[in-house]
Amino acid sequence: MIQSTGIRAALLSMVLLVISLGLWELSSFKPEATEAVSEYELLMGGADQEARVPPPSDVLRLAWTELSNPFYDAGPNDKGIGIQLGYSIYRVLAGFSLAALIAIPVGFLIGMSPLMYKALNPFIQVLRPISPLAWMPLALFIIKDSETSSIFVIFICSIWPMLINTAFGVASVRKDWVNVARTHELNAFQTAFQVILPAAAPTILTGMRISIGIAWLVIVAAEMLVGGTGIGYYVWNEWNNLDLTSVIFSILMIGVVGMLLDMALATATRAVQYQE
Amino acid sequence: MHQHFLEVKGLGKRFPGKDGDLVVFENASFSLERGEFVCIIGHSGCGKSTILNVLAGLDRPSEGEVYMAGREVRGPSLERGVVFQNYSLLPWRSSLSNVTFGVRARRPGWSKAQVREHSLRYLHMVGLKDGAEHRKPAQLSGGMRQRVSIARAFATEPELLLLDEPFGALDALTRGTIQDELLKVCAETHQTVFMITHDVDEAILLADRVLLMTNGPHARVAESVRVSIERPRDRTTIVHDPAYYPIRNHLVDFLVTRSRELADRARLPEASGGDPMEPLEVDPGADARAGEPSLPPQHGRLMAVNGN
Ligand SMILES: Nc1ncnc2c1ncn2[C@@H]1O[C@H](COP(=O)(O)OP(=O)(O)O)[C@@H](O)[C@H]1O
Ligand SMILES: [Mg+2]
Repeated sequence: MIQSTGIRAALLSMVLLVISLGLWELSSFKPEATEAVSEYELLMGGADQEARVPPPSDVLRLAWTELSNPFYDAGPNDKGIGIQLGYSIYRVLAGFSLAALIAIPVGFLIGMSPLMYKALNPFIQVLRPISPLAWMPLALFIIKDSETSSIFVIFICSIWPMLINTAFGVASVRKDWVNVARTHELNAFQTAFQVILPAAAPTILTGMRISIGIAWLVIVAAEMLVGGTGIGYYVWNEWNNLDLTSVIFSILMIGVVGMLLDMALATATRAVQYQE
Repeated sequence: MHQHFLEVKGLGKRFPGKDGDLVVFENASFSLERGEFVCIIGHSGCGKSTILNVLAGLDRPSEGEVYMAGREVRGPSLERGVVFQNYSLLPWRSSLSNVTFGVRARRPGWSKAQVREHSLRYLHMVGLKDGAEHRKPAQLSGGMRQRVSIARAFATEPELLLLDEPFGALDALTRGTIQDELLKVCAETHQTVFMITHDVDEAILLADRVLLMTNGPHARVAESVRVSIERPRDRTTIVHDPAYYPIRNHLVDFLVTRSRELADRARLPEASGGDPMEPLEVDPGADARAGEPSLPPQHGRLMAVNGN
């Protein structure tokens, strides 16, 4: 065995993929028409056929056509997959960035000051377990705009992991490193940026990675709820059209984009990681 | 009256406990001259690190004051460099960057090139070269990390250097080479050093004077032992100096028996909270040479020992 584990794992993945796609394809074959199709069934375009999950070959065919022209726009109910994903990614990044803008400084404050920690902890403990979608009606009522409301929902769900990880990372910076800053007469600003931030960065970025994962989960549900645009709306719309091939295709795309977002944050985390 | 460079007056540290305060040490009074190398020895837990942290300005004493160059020490300052036992390097920075960190803080007006050149000089001085400058602390051995830490402290050119058991975690061979580096750098820079150590031989090799602490609680700085051995010193020949064994025996005897006896006496009810007292000055080396009782050391001799 000369091959590395990486190559062997890749081979195994391919085999598993081929087997599962093959099984799926086989199970989706149309059964032989054993008796005459009733008039009603004919009218419905063959009920048997509709009730089946489309085979992977159909999904691949659709993926090819969709991905070869992802940005077409033919009216509110017919936009390319790229446009729909773009809306969702924009909302996730907007809500996530706003959350980071608040969570990181506030997390710093909580991590540095036991008083602030004690004072803010009850609020965090009550607000954190609330399902982000539960905020949606209130957000729609106050903001009166579905676009901004979904961004707000993303904001509220991605703030907690970042806040908690930042506070934890800042609070557990080794006292020795803070003493190094003190003996070098660094002011509060320099201490924050030259010592505490780099020391806590891996923990903070881990929080950001958890946040973006949650945000991507939540945006699909939020868009199903408010409609209009976005990948969540797209899935729901295709379901209403009974176009299961498109539903499966968009599910796969949600997975791929989620993975890419996670990989981006994982790369950033690795960049600030240090070994003690 | 002569003013000492560093003056420690009636220092004490207590922690409030359930049944009365825990007095770690009290009435610690001593002084350092400019350019002097002073070691402090005492059993674990007697409060050496606490004293060093108070001198650094990182910790507040429960009583007493510290004056450096006539000014009271109230907080940390770049005038007092600290080398901690666990090196305290910033692990996300390279060795060089850990040193430039200190130099930039000390010399905000310097150009990047100046800071870099100055830092590299000190790294080379402690024997770090050949690419080790650019490695992160995690990629260095314990000895190399401690060298970086020492380079950082020296490169900021503090008036007083504080070392807390800097070689405690190193193997004997590495400890020996870094002690030699430290001797060399101190001879070049006439640095004033206050150093905690566990190692009697290390103290004799490096120090002009050794302060001895009794056991805690209620620890005191009981004696100030002069190491009257000419410089430059060398680890291989120092044992042949006639003063070496008298000094060594005196220190070992203190650590083995007197540190405990004196502590027991200090803990007697009538002795607690005694007057601040200067440590007893002893010079076992001179006594051995002259066969006469201990004399308080004169200032002139101190200067001769320092070579300045
Ligand atoms: N927060 C604290 N509360 C109670 N006792 C403490 C505290 N911090 C340190 N001590 C005690 O102070 C003593 C001196 O500690 P330290 O200065 O580290 O001693 P050394 O460096 O000589 O070994 C120890 O016996 C320790 O138990
Ligand atoms: Mg200690």
